[in-house]
Amino acid sequence: MTFMKSILGTAATLALTAGAALADPALIYDLGGKFDKSFNEAAYNGAEMFVKETGGAYRDIELQSEAQREQALRRFAEAGFNPVVTTGFSMSSPIAAVATDYPDTKFVTIDGYVDPAEHPNVLSILFSEHEGSYLVGMLAAMASESGTVGFVGGMDIPLIRKFACGYAQGAKAVSDDITVISNMTGTTPAAWNDPVKGSELTKAQISQGADVVFAAAGGTGIGVLQTAADEGILSVGVDSNQNYLHPGKVLTSMLKRVDVAVAEAMTAGTELETGVKVLGLAENGVGYALDENNAELITDEMKTAVDAAREQIVAGEIEVHDYSADDSCPALNF
Amino acid sequence: MDKMPAWADAVLVPLISILLAAILSALVILAIGENPVEAFKLMVDGALMRSSGWGYTLYYTTNFIFTGLCVAVAFHAKMFNIGGEGQAMIGGLGVALACLFIPFPHWSIALVVATLAAAAFGAGWAFIPAWLQAKRGSHIVITTIMFNFIAAAVLNYVLVNLLRPVGAMEPATGRFPEATHLPTFQDLFATAENPLFRGSPANVTFFLAVAACVAFWYLIWRTKLGYEIRAFGHSESAARYAGISPVRITVVAMLISGGLAGMMALNTTMGEAERLVLNATEGAGFIGIAVALMGRSHPVGVFLAALLFGFLYQGGAELALWTNIPRELITVIQALVILFTGALDNMVRLPLEKLFLATRRRSS
Repeated sequence: MTFMKSILGTAATLALTAGAALADPALIYDLGGKFDKSFNEAAYNGAEMFVKETGGAYRDIELQSEAQREQALRRFAEAGFNPVVTTGFSMSSPIAAVATDYPDTKFVTIDGYVDPAEHPNVLSILFSEHEGSYLVGMLAAMASESGTVGFVGGMDIPLIRKFACGYAQGAKAVSDDITVISNMTGTTPAAWNDPVKGSELTKAQISQGADVVFAAAGGTGIGVLQTAADEGILSVGVDSNQNYLHPGKVLTSMLKRVDVAVAEAMTAGTELETGVKVLGLAENGVGYALDENNAELITDEMKTAVDAAREQIVAGEIEVHDYSADDSCPALNF
Repeated sequence: MDKMPAWADAVLVPLISILLAAILSALVILAIGENPVEAFKLMVDGALMRSSGWGYTLYYTTNFIFTGLCVAVAFHAKMFNIGGEGQAMIGGLGVALACLFIPFPHWSIALVVATLAAAAFGAGWAFIPAWLQAKRGSHIVITTIMFNFIAAAVLNYVLVNLLRPVGAMEPATGRFPEATHLPTFQDLFATAENPLFRGSPANVTFFLAVAACVAFWYLIWRTKLGYEIRAFGHSESAARYAGISPVRITVVAMLISGGLAGMMALNTTMGEAERLVLNATEGAGFIGIAVALMGRSHPVGVFLAALLFGFLYQGGAELALWTNIPRELITVIQALVILFTGALDNMVRLPLEKLFLATRRRSS
């Protein structure tokens, strides 16, 4: 009898604590883990921004297995967390599977796409990575003396090709003669976290004449930036502002404001507007980083040219081709 | 009589091992400033006190029963099959090919065919190391480990280059057709007023796993082949003297082992994800070793050990959800249980044996 009582007691306390958490937002990181110095960490920074600005609280989880994707979504939704924010395109199909069961909960998928007609309670946040990459491609081409720039991608997926394609278009816009070398680290999720291979690829690109290398490769990019700094060439960081990693050696970083997207979604709370949101240059969802670490590398001339291009893209005068629209790239062969 | 009673060997040793692991885990949790009692309550509550928690626990249990039996068969023939992981991966490929390319009219037919495909693919993957062991003496531990890596590379290649739908980001196949979706416990047991097992992945493959336990017991203790496997395991020279072919037994035992590992993929691929993803096995092949060790290679023991690990996995997920214990430490807790029940078995057994002998001597 006492056993039963203590069990019921536990259940009751749990129900109470779950009730207290009502309408707090929740954040689910992808398998890469919370502190990957890149994509997931940007989401974590966004959540911390939300805490600092609003004094709110949130709960987060790092997934351990595939089966936990749906489980985490359901458990957070059942406990009353709202909205449930997720990172990574792998979360889109689990969200599509559970969203109809919890019509009052709002789900956010960053980088994933869920059909808004079928699931009205899901917000898909997509970034126009090709536009930001176009700008850093221009900067890379202008900074290059050898006329060859490099690209190191993480896992070979359409999303990363979108980065590469925008980058190549930007470089080609500066000069038709420029050579763009592109390599992918691998074809599995392990490619996101392989700095050693990133370093090897960078060395290979240097031997082919590249003197600016853009890394769009998550944790692998750390190795790319390190090797570029060691070998005395320039590099371009990704997602977060990585200029500080090697001051004076990182030309710029292609910013993808996952942090802002997460903070905004959490701040909106239950009032969050769902649907599909594409964050491009116009919305400041992507851009390039300029701070004291790279101020000497970006000349006024470069800055003027890039800012002009930015205006033209926002105004629709320059159209940057999106690789994922038709799985092809006019400026680069994969 | 220089042995302790069978019940102590089968029940007391694992229980004490688990208790030791639990105490150490509690210390670990204390060290990072969380309350171990609360943590344990959360695990029990999340894994066993709700039907959907049971749904997850039994889902993981199903995986571990298959891989546990896989390792246990090989143990009976005195072989150490570390390749359960790779055999399950390739088994998953068999399931995916069957589900994607054969138009099934009903899930029951799909389950039968996919089971055969999974077992055939898993057994096929185990055949090469088995043959190399039997004919060439290449040690099975080494070859099966290496075959895990080869399996991962093969699966990677097939998923990325051949089976991935156009435009998809993930290295995974498309969704299997509706007719191949296995009924989950929710479909089987939930009623309108009592939504049992809501959203949990446990499915009919659990019953297949239980049936595999029964079949395993029958095979090992009630058939000629099982007798030969056990005889070979106890003494190869005696088995040879009795006219048992070592080559045949090595290969057959490994084929059964690989087939069981392959069938694990039914649960994750056809039952849960309804498509083949790259890490569908999620280390269950390795957990199978701990399960078989702890279960003394007996189907009842394997079932109970698999249940324990299913509880640890689901309880661990609950801990990750509701506490600030980082996921690395949850892995540490799971590893402690493996360490104590698998690797440090003799640490508990030897003192316990001495204790029993001492008490017996005193009473006689």
